[in-house]
Amino acid sequence: MALTLRRRRATEVTTDEKIRIRSVESIDVTVMIGSAISSFALTQLLYETFLPLSGALGYIVVWYALFLAISWIAVRELRGTVRAKDHLARVVVWSGASLAIVPLVLIVLYVIGKGYHALRPQFFTQDQRYVGALSDATEGGGSHAIIGTIQQVGIASLIAVPLGITTAVYLNEVKGRLAKPLRTVVDAMSAVPSIVAGLFIYAAWILALGNQQTGLAGSLALSVLFLPTVTRTAEVVLRLVPGGLREASLALGGTEWRTTSRVVLPTSRSGLVTAVILGVARVIGETAPLILTVGGAFIMNWNPLSGKQDSLPFFVFRLIRFPQESQIARAWTGALVLMILVLVLFVIARAIGGRGPDHIGRLKKWRLQRKGLA
Amino acid sequence: MFNSRSPSRQWTVRRRAKADPVTSVTDVVETNALEKDRVTPVVRRGKVDRVYRAVATLSGSIVFVVMALIGGFLLYRGIDALRLSGWGFITESQWAPDMGGAFGIAAVLPYTVSIALVALFLAVPISVATALFITEYAPRRLRRFLTATIDLLAAVPSLIYGLWGLFYLQPRLITLSKWLADNLGFIPFFKVNEDFGTSLGVFPSSTFVAGVIVSLMVIPICTSVMREVFGQAPPGEREGAMALGGTRWGVVRDVVLPFGRGGIIGGSMLGLGRALGETIAVTLIISPSFDAKWSIVEQGSNSIAALIALKFSESTETGISALMAAGLALFVITLIVNTAASSVVNRSRSGSATEI
Amino acid sequence: MTDLQITTPVPTVGSSTAVVDDDTRGAAGLTAKNVACWFGTKKVLEGVGLVACWFGTKKVLEGVGLDMAPGQVTALIGPSGCGKSTFLRTLNRMHELVPGATLAGEILINGVDIYRGAIPVTDVRRRIGMVFQKPNPFPAMTVAENVVSGLKLSGLKVTKSEREDLIESCLTKAGLWNEVKNRLGDPGRALSGGQQQRLCIARSLAVSPQVLLMDEPCSALDPTSTRRIEQTISEISESVTIVIVTHNMQQAQRVSDRCAFFLAAENEPGRIIEEGPTKDIFTNPRDSRTEDYVNGRFG
Repeated sequence: MALTLRRRRATEVTTDEKIRIRSVESIDVTVMIGSAISSFALTQLLYETFLPLSGALGYIVVWYALFLAISWIAVRELRGTVRAKDHLARVVVWSGASLAIVPLVLIVLYVIGKGYHALRPQFFTQDQRYVGALSDATEGGGSHAIIGTIQQVGIASLIAVPLGITTAVYLNEVKGRLAKPLRTVVDAMSAVPSIVAGLFIYAAWILALGNQQTGLAGSLALSVLFLPTVTRTAEVVLRLVPGGLREASLALGGTEWRTTSRVVLPTSRSGLVTAVILGVARVIGETAPLILTVGGAFIMNWNPLSGKQDSLPFFVFRLIRFPQESQIARAWTGALVLMILVLVLFVIARAIGGRGPDHIGRLKKWRLQRKGLA
Repeated sequence: MFNSRSPSRQWTVRRRAKADPVTSVTDVVETNALEKDRVTPVVRRGKVDRVYRAVATLSGSIVFVVMALIGGFLLYRGIDALRLSGWGFITESQWAPDMGGAFGIAAVLPYTVSIALVALFLAVPISVATALFITEYAPRRLRRFLTATIDLLAAVPSLIYGLWGLFYLQPRLITLSKWLADNLGFIPFFKVNEDFGTSLGVFPSSTFVAGVIVSLMVIPICTSVMREVFGQAPPGEREGAMALGGTRWGVVRDVVLPFGRGGIIGGSMLGLGRALGETIAVTLIISPSFDAKWSIVEQGSNSIAALIALKFSESTETGISALMAAGLALFVITLIVNTAASSVVNRSRSGSATEI
Repeated sequence: MTDLQITTPVPTVGSSTAVVDDDTRGAAGLTAKNVACWFGTKKVLEGVGLVACWFGTKKVLEGVGLDMAPGQVTALIGPSGCGKSTFLRTLNRMHELVPGATLAGEILINGVDIYRGAIPVTDVRRRIGMVFQKPNPFPAMTVAENVVSGLKLSGLKVTKSEREDLIESCLTKAGLWNEVKNRLGDPGRALSGGQQQRLCIARSLAVSPQVLLMDEPCSALDPTSTRRIEQTISEISESVTIVIVTHNMQQAQRVSDRCAFFLAAENEPGRIIEEGPTKDIFTNPRDSRTEDYVNGRFG
């Protein structure tokens, strides 16, 4: 049964009136709304009475299923089976994508909601030395954890970033004889589970070599994870630099070092910076390796080389299991701070990464103008 | 102008060069002799270049040695423990290395795999849909934003996922678990031991809950790979399908999905690797059990990573070695899965430009 | 001829180790002798007892011999895949950048062997410059920086005013000065395709090469840019020897003084079939294959 659609009334078309192409026509929107309403009504009718289900989740599932069925029938009547399949696919894809993205919103909102209460300035300035079982959540803070994280991630970056980038240069620019086995080893090491990295440092550095649990141990465990990541992403970035640029540099009489330092690295600078920042963002949130190596503390320890330290993720992980509400609230605040840190790093990374090699910042432009090169 | 060198007569004259009016017999012989004079130009590098290369090589060597040491150490300690347990490592379910008891991953490994499989079961369809959404269905202007959102999802620490899963999602999931046990209990996965009944208290800390949480972490990884691959579907084939009057779904079904098959499989395997190694979320959610069972909704689960996290503090030397053996097993499995994933993607039509 | 006064600036050779003699300045003559080139086992270029080239074991060029006189423009013509570009790359030691590339024969600049002589490879490349098919200005540098990048890369030092003069003169020689004189601070890639290629030419000229090798420099460009570049070639050819690979026979006729016709039969390495003044090659070729090619019967 084919329905005929009413023609639009012909209007004067001028040559300047651009044709607006719509991917969804009004008839499709009508069908969707109609199906939504009718499936809702049907669900309402059937739900409690005929189906052995209860609760909000089941309601939505039934509604969704009926929506699919009804809209399928409607489109099939209007347009035929082929278009009906297309419509069904479209709905399924949209739903699937929302299932992926909606949780992010939920998670962010939830963490903000739970952590907001104790997010006061003292969280950043005080540690927990005066906190007792009955203290309110806003007393004391997590400054020891924050300093610990900064130190541990900082040391790990100091170890992993120069080593990783130089190794990437070796793999991609120098291409020595060690390159192939090295690449295999680096790929293999990027498969190390985070807990195993922690276990390695615990057994090798702490037990076998007789060191204590310190911030340094934690940063070593983080480096084990950070190093393969930096090397691989840096190598990818270097590979993206077109070979023609290296050729041009060599054809001008450049040495290999000058080609790398004056052409390849500046061209890939924004990519490398992005890769490093994203790596740091990932490492900041790593909890598992720290569980075994850092020890945890309630008071500030400025020295990463001796004595147990705390770290933001470990802080959250420990405190969330305490029975006191106040500790749990502090844990949530820590989680909120952690999430904000990661978000901020992420935004910075994307801002830098979007610039591309042609971008010439103000400082650089000033320096060039002084030399007469701009 | 055509100077010739003195020929070294090693070959007899072969056939003449084709129809070349200026060739002479001598010249042909000289040409053949040039094979011997082949030179690979020796590159004499300046001092700066030598230093640069030396530094880079040193860095590569350090990384190589360090990583080889890590692998070696794990192997060494792990084998110590394996020598103690023998084949029992694979058959034994209990974990009591410190008391001189037997220990094995016969329970822990199946649990690890079942959590990962539950996660993949949910994550793969959603990832495919999301990747398709980004490359095919979303408005073009949103594409960068959506890609950024997926990358952001990948950057969120697993601790946060674990906390949200534990406090927000689990209470809602156990009603679903109960429904599954009550109505689909004939399927062994959803069956609950009759002794426990089906009160809500039976269902938290199960494989199912852990799997759902882990799937949230796996989705961004799978989606990224699949998105890259789908985006490379040849525009020529796409246009061909559309020119035949196909709908958007037709293009997807006949061009994008077949092209992206390698990416789907590879991305899923990469997600599997991630799911197997996930520590924190699983540790927070499960209550450890050493009796492998079919039911995924019933309380009690485990994973190698969680085992290490929970047991290390109370372990002696032997215990640590045993945990290392387990960690080594996990590492090897993850390594195999990741390597297989890369090779699947590289070898597929779509994979040549994709990096895993 | 144009009315432009073109002066060749003389950058002080500061830290470079080159021996400063008369042969390192001004247009130079290049001679190729006994050059053979291999890729793997397939010979890619073959000539009359001259240069041969391999990539791995594949011979790609055989017996190529060519005299490229100073101050002249020599064009290398022939259908695709005959080893013209490979031969060009042996002339400034870019051939060895390909892993597995080997060669036999001699390449002499003003009589000095560039492979076995004492000249460092970076000096060879500074004196024998190259312009590529696809324009490749350095993206992380401004237009002005691009022009003088060769100085930085080969270690030549100049004062600030010398640098400014150099930028202006090179861009003028390349026919780009008027178009970019107000845009010197723009990133190199902000220019159009033809402008980028002229920028690359200016960049090559800044290190005062004696020979400039051009590998199909206009194939990716529109006719206007092509014409401008051909004009540049005529203008600089007195002070710089030019060797240009081109697919475009009309271009060869327009710009070159001498031509060399390359051809590779199936599964054979490339060879020079015929070589001589351009007029002769095109109006009165000696070989029937040359005649077929220049009359467009194949290629």
